[in-house]
Amino acid sequence: MGNGRTNPSEDILARGKAVYEKWCAHAHAPQHDNPGTQALQAKYQGSKPAALIHRTDLTPELIRDSVRGGNTIMPFFRKTEISDEDLDALIVFLTSGSGAA
Amino acid sequence: MSDSTEDQYFTTAGRRKVAEDLVLPLPPGVDQETFGAALDRFRLAIGDHWVFTERDDVLLYRDAYSPLLDEEGEILPSAAIAPASVEEVKEIVRIANELRIPLHPISTGKNLAYGGSAPNQSGVVVLDLKRMNRILEVNEEQGYCLVEPGVSYFDLYKHLKDNGIKLWIDVPDPGWGSLVGNALDKGSGYTMPQHRAHFDSHCGMEVVLANGEVMRTGTGGVPGSKTWQAFKMGMGPSVDGLFCGSNYGVVTKMGFWLMPEPEAYLEGIVDFMHFDDLIPLIDHWSYLENSRIISGYPDFQSPIFGTPGITGLAAMLGAGPQAPDEEYMTLMARDASPEEYEPYALKHKIPFWRMRFVFYGPEAVIRAQWQYVQDRYSAAVQDVAFEEGNFYKLPLSREEEEALVDAPILGVPNLKLFSLGARNSWSGQEPSRGHAWTTFLLPHDGRELIKANRILNKALRDEGIQAGFVFNTPFNNWERVMKYVVIFQISADPEENRKLREAVPKIIKLAASHGWAEYRTHTLFQDEMRESYSFGGHVLPRFHDTLKDALDPNGIFAPGRNGIWPKHVREERAHG
Repeated sequence: MGNGRTNPSEDILARGKAVYEKWCAHAHAPQHDNPGTQALQAKYQGSKPAALIHRTDLTPELIRDSVRGGNTIMPFFRKTEISDEDLDALIVFLTSGSGAA
Repeated sequence: MSDSTEDQYFTTAGRRKVAEDLVLPLPPGVDQETFGAALDRFRLAIGDHWVFTERDDVLLYRDAYSPLLDEEGEILPSAAIAPASVEEVKEIVRIANELRIPLHPISTGKNLAYGGSAPNQSGVVVLDLKRMNRILEVNEEQGYCLVEPGVSYFDLYKHLKDNGIKLWIDVPDPGWGSLVGNALDKGSGYTMPQHRAHFDSHCGMEVVLANGEVMRTGTGGVPGSKTWQAFKMGMGPSVDGLFCGSNYGVVTKMGFWLMPEPEAYLEGIVDFMHFDDLIPLIDHWSYLENSRIISGYPDFQSPIFGTPGITGLAAMLGAGPQAPDEEYMTLMARDASPEEYEPYALKHKIPFWRMRFVFYGPEAVIRAQWQYVQDRYSAAVQDVAFEEGNFYKLPLSREEEEALVDAPILGVPNLKLFSLGARNSWSGQEPSRGHAWTTFLLPHDGRELIKANRILNKALRDEGIQAGFVFNTPFNNWERVMKYVVIFQISADPEENRKLREAVPKIIKLAASHGWAEYRTHTLFQDEMRESYSFGGHVLPRFHDTLKDALDPNGIFAPGRNGIWPKHVREERAHG
């Protein structure tokens, strides 16, 4: 994988972060007026963080189900948008705790 | 509620269901053997990886906001194919034309309120162009771009920012849509009028025809033309419009005119205190817009009815509407007409109507334009009040941009309006499962807006559907018309969705009887929209059919799109 200077897990984290920023952040980043953040604030009332990158309890199954199954007004994502490899990387990023405050 | 229960809720209650025994349909009129042979040839043409036939993969192309949500009869594709180049599109089209496999082209499939990525007919194969995502050219000096269908507004915006190109894009509400797809679906945005109508702002396209040939429109017909993205008409008949809202070809490239980044941005707010002010408000607004004295989106709001316009919508959806007092509740409870709210409005000094005009340009110019607007309304309407809204010297800093509540009006893409129908902290209602829009065009005349509200709101009530506001204020993306949008929320309750499906065709018919043409509706109701174009014995839709038969004689492209069906389907229907 490249010139060997980069840890593969860092590559996957970077890829997952890029997927998050392209597809998730516009709705789920911490800004309070993002629609996904608003919805999760309303749902959890502060018992869990409203922003996805602050969550420490996300499981691979939950992320996979949400991306491929959608949730209420959030549509599901096709494999030409988020490939299976992208989804794996996104799961690594969102379950890594690297975004938790 | 335990974590496990919450996760159970999160993962199942809001998700699309898949029946265990669900079997994907075959393409209409195609047997299993022929379909199998077609899929084999598609795989050879573009690789196994991009021909989706597994059920879970194909179901990602269903309508995410279907009015037939999880019901029998929901329209489902049979497969999906995702080419990466015009050469691959050509090859797929040639195979499909030979074997009579219908294809439903999508760019990014984000036309969510009007059918999303799903075809009009079950079994049609989705031709997903998302992988064709190259920004082929941006010309900063001449102000245009040339893009493939998979390029989203986010993609182009990032490209301009990353490369320091001082051009703006005109974005619709969700920024993840395709420039090409949005233009072909008659989408619109929020900056200058010549850019807001996205099809009108295009210049030149490349189309794969049903026989597999690749055509370029306008001066693109001349090899090496240097004005393909600068001159729209070219030689002879102008044909670009044939590929907008139609099913005559697969558009693989489009040029768009982009606006130079303005030096400054100013909002001028005008408040009107009386119901009857609506008539001069709109008449003078027409003059101001048609004279280009106002250069941006005219945002029409009603403080008394709580309609926030586009500039206040995201904020209102976040915080919720102001709770009405007892007196206001009484008016609502007795179904008072809009004009009957005037004494209440005057007593509480709440403006009846509000215009938020936007100006782009050098500061001295836009301040002079705003002053002229004030002078004109002061002379024409009593009790009118003015206030300067946001003012920005451009470009915005990153911090200013991130703090924007209404970014599209400054050419910045976002997804904030997905809060429409999402779970919120103020309504106590379950989130919706999406929404379906049906949209009528009203003339720029306050009397017609009042009449449309009276007639269409009553019709909705008669159908048992709750209208969003006492008075529906229009979207004003296009000059010369007002867009009267009726938003139907998709419910988890099939009974509510049944009411919606029964109501929309009636509303389309009713609106048409008053001369309020429908121009865009969900795929489920496009036959009814076609039916309403009845002038001259439906000569216009029949003309569309004539073109269909000439340009796509085997009917392989998007059967049923906007009521245009292949000849063999029309004949089958005619014979019962």
